[in-house]
Amino acid sequence: MNTNAPVETELLCAACRQPLVLGKVKASYLGSSFEVDLPRCPGCGFVYVSEALAQGKMLQVEQALEDK
Amino acid sequence: MDGQQVRIWESRCIEESPPACAAACPVHVDARGLAELLAKGDFKAAQALFCRFIPFPNIIGHLCDHPCESVCRRAEAGEAIRIHALERAVVSSSLAASPFRRGRATERKRVAVVGAGLSGLTAAADLIVKGHEVAVFESGLQLFARLRGDPRLPSAAIDADLARFDNTGIVFHCGERPDITALAKEFDAVYLGLGAQAVPDLAVLVDLTPDGRIAVDALTYASRHPKIFAGGSHRYGSTPHTYSPITSLQDGRCAALSIDRLLQGASLTANREGQGSQSTRLHVNLARHAPSAAIVPADPDNGYTPAEAQAEATRCFPCHCRECVRSCPYLEHYGGYPKRYIREIYNNETIVMGARKANRMIDSCMLCGLCAEVCPEKLSMGDVCLSAREGMVGKGKMPVSHHDFALRDLAYSRSDAFTLTRHQPGFKQSAVVFYPGCQLAASSPEQVERVYAHLCATIDDGVGLMLGCCGAPAHWAGRADLFAETHAEFSAAWQSLGRPLVLTACSSCYRMIADHLPEVPVESLWPVLARGKLPGEATAAQNSRMALAIHDPCTTRHEPAIQDAVRHLLDRCGTKTTELDGPQLTSCCGFGGLAQFANREIADKALDRRIGQSNSDYLTYCAMCRDNFARRDKRAVHVLDLLFPDGDDPAARPDPGFSRRQENRGRLKRSLLRELWNEAMEEPTDAIRLVISPQVQADLERKLILTDDLRQVLRHAERTGQRLLNGKTGRFVASHRPLRITYWVEYAIDADSGCYVIHGAYSHRMDVEAAS
Repeated sequence: MNTNAPVETELLCAACRQPLVLGKVKASYLGSSFEVDLPRCPGCGFVYVSEALAQGKMLQVEQALEDK
Repeated sequence: MDGQQVRIWESRCIEESPPACAAACPVHVDARGLAELLAKGDFKAAQALFCRFIPFPNIIGHLCDHPCESVCRRAEAGEAIRIHALERAVVSSSLAASPFRRGRATERKRVAVVGAGLSGLTAAADLIVKGHEVAVFESGLQLFARLRGDPRLPSAAIDADLARFDNTGIVFHCGERPDITALAKEFDAVYLGLGAQAVPDLAVLVDLTPDGRIAVDALTYASRHPKIFAGGSHRYGSTPHTYSPITSLQDGRCAALSIDRLLQGASLTANREGQGSQSTRLHVNLARHAPSAAIVPADPDNGYTPAEAQAEATRCFPCHCRECVRSCPYLEHYGGYPKRYIREIYNNETIVMGARKANRMIDSCMLCGLCAEVCPEKLSMGDVCLSAREGMVGKGKMPVSHHDFALRDLAYSRSDAFTLTRHQPGFKQSAVVFYPGCQLAASSPEQVERVYAHLCATIDDGVGLMLGCCGAPAHWAGRADLFAETHAEFSAAWQSLGRPLVLTACSSCYRMIADHLPEVPVESLWPVLARGKLPGEATAAQNSRMALAIHDPCTTRHEPAIQDAVRHLLDRCGTKTTELDGPQLTSCCGFGGLAQFANREIADKALDRRIGQSNSDYLTYCAMCRDNFARRDKRAVHVLDLLFPDGDDPAARPDPGFSRRQENRGRLKRSLLRELWNEAMEEPTDAIRLVISPQVQADLERKLILTDDLRQVLRHAERTGQRLLNGKTGRFVASHRPLRITYWVEYAIDADSGCYVIHGAYSHRMDVEAAS
């Protein structure tokens, strides 16, 4: 995947006036951390987490780590 | 958790005790399992099950003296299940039983069996299955000679059972009377199933009973001779009237077990407590079952047809306890019963590696005590879960997320925004102190003010006021440290007022103080109100035309004085009431044990089940219960709504929701300070004005996101300019992570009013940042 391609085309970083692109993001919880690709602003690095992600996959991973 | 305590808890759950039928059967045939299979019409599986217990299913199927039926609990609700007739139907459906499979003994030994009756051939069959070589000696010309004359037993049934010995290598010597002394020398062990006759000749080998039969140990069937065992009708003294086929079978089985242990050098006596006919601890609630008569076969000589057998099997309850599981949606949810749960919970705490799968289960119990109330052994899963919570929290292994929201709410109630300790205006001492609790203050701050005014007007010598948190959420969360802190704060405030009697409006506060602060005298508000003069407006005719159904808070389960006082108050108000299950069997609204935070699904199931019990409006005396009913659209009033009426239809008052609950507490303190003590407290000023539709508000409630959380996100976005813009909708998306949780808000700014219109919000605990 071309990580420089704009994603979430409707969303712009309001501060930098730039569309978000997929980029490496460090996700961490309870002492575990890993890298994932998420939409972020190429200018300021603001990372966007959608509601579907927050309440879906991300919640699953959180709960799995909590029970470890 | 203390391992010894865990074992005591486990032993109190009796669900795994056998049903009476299987316990009474000398070889513990699972008649309950048999009936369950037959009820489904599965005769093949039923036969396989029967054969697992019985080596000669066709013979026993025709001749068993069925001690099981005399203890069948169905007899107490109609007639006993005709278990023996069911067994006969099972074997009549197919005579063929699978051959015995010779086991592989590490060291194959040789055993002689003398007497080819039920005890001898059962011993032979069991020893073959264990892998030994068996030779059978029978003085008659046929095996099972004694049974062959029985008119109830077709010879084909005997032959079908004997066919199970095919290809097992067993050797039969019929028409022989062997020399027992020689056998005892030649073989590694000898079993004697000699029938009822006296055997004076054997006095040289073994001890004899006064009537000349071989004396054997009641548990092991061992004689004085180390290699010789005996049993069957020879042991229990048969006359034609006392002959018991199933007892003979049991003797052969128990002797075979002893012989196998002897041959392996193992203890003959260890772990045999469950051997033979027993009683059982299994509790069965007969009241659940309407009486029913046994099915009578159309053709008694041939027994049940398959359809008749199925109908009879359907009459089996089957016997289970599960009283708690039936009463509690939480215990029902996980598909087991306490004994199993306790093991899972203990393992969850003690495992070293791997996922702790029971964490959420432990935190989903409402700690309401209903299970102990209905349990014949008074086992409380609440005690188990609370102990597990404390243990897991102590080890740092319990997910913080389960109770984070509730404990932040507790933190708010401990903060300056809410806490207040004062003597009554104009007094320097307090005879009593009113402690409304955080939830009544959150639900109905006006009622707190009215009650306080009433108490001040009716009690001499000063009524102090204390606002704060009793620590219940910390206790329920297993947070002993936090619980101790809140108690210390409570205690200090109470002492500063001169240690007065504490009057609680909340039954959870009452519980916490009564159970954990023995030095603090405490009384529930309701008996105090019931003893005194009612507020003038309370005696006015109430507008409730229908009777109110009383829901007692679970924390008052064992407080008859409080329950009676509330009923007395209602009576004095002229309110018509009706009971649900009565106070002792009351159930939780889902807030107890913080279950609604750890597991909303289960808590709502419990709440909805309670709601489903009556169409009447509910009356309760716990603010949290009332608001939870309202949250699920159940009309409900608080007893204060009747004592201090305000508005036409208090039962329609909506649940304020979590955000409003906090705001109400803060507002109550400010109002009291201003109105009673002439002290101004700074009103919270916030330039951020929100517009939230009811749908979005309900969604926020479900997600445990407060309007204060939204404001923090919006302030952060304003301050930093960091936000996303959706070019299509024109809405902004902003986020903020004040501590452990990232909140996201989707919003628009109304151009005319400058208000923030909230379109949605969500949160996550995982931290994300752009990788450098």
